Amino acid sequence: MKLLKNLKATIAVVAFSIPFIGQASAADEIKVGVLFSLTGGLSIVEKSLSDATLMAIDEINANGGVDGKMIKPIVEDGASDPKTFNEKASKLVIRDRVVTVFGGYTSASRKAMLPVIEKRKNLLFYPTFYEGYECSKNVIYTGSVPNQQLNNYIPYLVNKLGKKKFFIVGSNYLFPKEMAKVAKKLIEANGAEWVADEYLELGHSEWGSMVKKIKDSGADVVLSNVVGDSVISFYREYFNQGISQKDIPIASTVTSEIEVAALGGKYAAGSYTSFPYFQAIDTKENHDFIKRYRAYVNDPNAVTHVTMVAAYESVYEWAKAVEKSGKTKPLDIMEAAKGVSIDGPMGVMTVSPENLHNSMTPRIAQWQEDGQGKIVDEYDVPVQPLPYSAYGETANNLFCTASGLDSSKL
Amino acid sequence: MLDTVFIGLSIGSILLLVALGLSIVYGSMGVINMAHGELVMMGAYTTVIAQTYLGFNLFAAIPLAFIVCAGLGLLIERLVIRRLYNRLFDTLLATWGVAILLQQAIRLEFGLSFFGIHIEGLGPGLQSVTLPEIMTESFTVGEFVIQPYRTFIILVSALLAVLTWFLMYRTRIGQQVRAIMRNPDMAAACGIDVKKVNALTFAYGAGLAGVAGVMMSGFKTVMPDMGSSLVVDGFLVVVVGGVGSLVGSIVASGILGQLNGVVAFFSNDIIARAVVFAAVIAIIIWRPRGLFNYKGR
Repeated sequence: MKLLKNLKATIAVVAFSIPFIGQASAADEIKVGVLFSLTGGLSIVEKSLSDATLMAIDEINANGGVDGKMIKPIVEDGASDPKTFNEKASKLVIRDRVVTVFGGYTSASRKAMLPVIEKRKNLLFYPTFYEGYECSKNVIYTGSVPNQQLNNYIPYLVNKLGKKKFFIVGSNYLFPKEMAKVAKKLIEANGAEWVADEYLELGHSEWGSMVKKIKDSGADVVLSNVVGDSVISFYREYFNQGISQKDIPIASTVTSEIEVAALGGKYAAGSYTSFPYFQAIDTKENHDFIKRYRAYVNDPNAVTHVTMVAAYESVYEWAKAVEKSGKTKPLDIMEAAKGVSIDGPMGVMTVSPENLHNSMTPRIAQWQEDGQGKIVDEYDVPVQPLPYSAYGETANNLFCTASGLDSSKL
Repeated sequence: MLDTVFIGLSIGSILLLVALGLSIVYGSMGVINMAHGELVMMGAYTTVIAQTYLGFNLFAAIPLAFIVCAGLGLLIERLVIRRLYNRLFDTLLATWGVAILLQQAIRLEFGLSFFGIHIEGLGPGLQSVTLPEIMTESFTVGEFVIQPYRTFIILVSALLAVLTWFLMYRTRIGQQVRAIMRNPDMAAACGIDVKKVNALTFAYGAGLAGVAGVMMSGFKTVMPDMGSSLVVDGFLVVVVGGVGSLVGSIVASGILGQLNGVVAFFSNDIIARAVVFAAVIAIIIWRPRGLFNYKGR
């Protein structure tokens, strides 16, 4: 049995060393995978992530590439299906021998790619804000984690707006539940209370009962972790039942420019969202970015949103890491990415050497009638990522460090 | 409490809106139209397109969506359904295929997106419809909040139910449809042009779906997938109410809507949905042919 195992290992090593011979011949280009859903229900958002990634690659190539090498993107379609993400990730890593995959939007798709990426010692850049509770050494996370969305959000709602009673509502899956966990701690720490914590299935579109419940609950603010197309029917019902965003504002952690555009600015006006990026950020970098993106996708009205910008910046972060290391092996890039810092449309982002998440600047926006957010509050400095903040992780007591996850702290 | 009854009534009226067309087609032709939800979706997109290009508001889109979807229904009947009479399972599969075709047609903008042409209002994204001002401003009577749009939906579905009743029981063509429901062969023997009547029935059912689509567009997300969940709700009503029974559909949608609203009020919508499904199962066990049904066929 042991002999068999050794034999297997030998074959694996042989099989693995062959690819590198092939790689040497194409030394003037670096292959990377771009894996988002181009079809299916999630393509609404993920198509823009794919576009933003490819646009960044084009820009870098137009400026002479990375260390004189061109980046060659291999685009695959995850088809809104986690299983397909797994298969396509395998294809990219094993057959195309990419050195990095840029991809994934939902946590389900990330979890599906993870075994392939980790087993093959490859590298994934994941752009979505997500629930945390992950400490992979093969993923650079360019989206925010709960503490970066909520740490200034809850105090703002309690202290600046004077809200004392939270109604927490979300779609029924992992992200909203983890967000609620972090939020409850912060609500209590700030001397406010939460009166309800309710969930509806993904894609739920009949909000009559829930909105009535909110109205009857006596809450003075709603913390919404509702995702996807449910957002539209939720905000509309809220408006139709005559609840004013002035009295009981919806404070969302998910609603971005995309949802507001589909919803109609009128229904969202007055509600809040916390994200590191809004299209309304008034910097030259951001204005230029919006202009370039609209030209790239050939749509003068295209909206930009947080995950899309993170996908775009991922490529620049990656390029900087490749230049720094001078090598193109996935784990060398990961090692070099630690501490890499870039300044783009959403401000300064820095990869944490400990947990490979990014520090970034949380902002709070209030939505206006025209479908854009007006930034009402922002941190002075980028906030450190704490993927385990729901379980008591603090800046002085990290659970996820360069040496891995300390599970005794959980 | 009145609020809860109102929400239940509103949910029920939406169910009825979707189920009405389905029930007529299923009842008179024995065709399970899996594409019904997609016809609703087409109705919703008609509203979006009419608003974007013709400046139509929601009210003006109602007759337009009826005509567009009825025309589409006629086409589907001619090309597919007509060739599959008396083959229940084949029509099931065929109309499901039609459903997928319609969904993809919208998603791929009738194939034009392959050539890089983008039609505003189509494609895989979410679309939105602006409601007329009077439909969005809610007002209160005492404790009770009146939502104009939900009230409007209740009125429209009541109106369509009355219209359908009138067509079925007070016109010559309705009489023929009912004759076909009871026994198609006998009806044919009596000189009824079954093919023609069936084509018209299907077109009418599709037209009703179109109107439902206009109503849906006002408070649900308009997107290519929106129809697939609606057809399930529609079937629940048809099955509970009894195939081909107009009264059955009305009663069933009322019961299921109220059940949903009340349970959602006391617990939450997820449990309400489970209770609705459980009730449907119980009713089917108790009365396999639904609450009201015709003998015959």
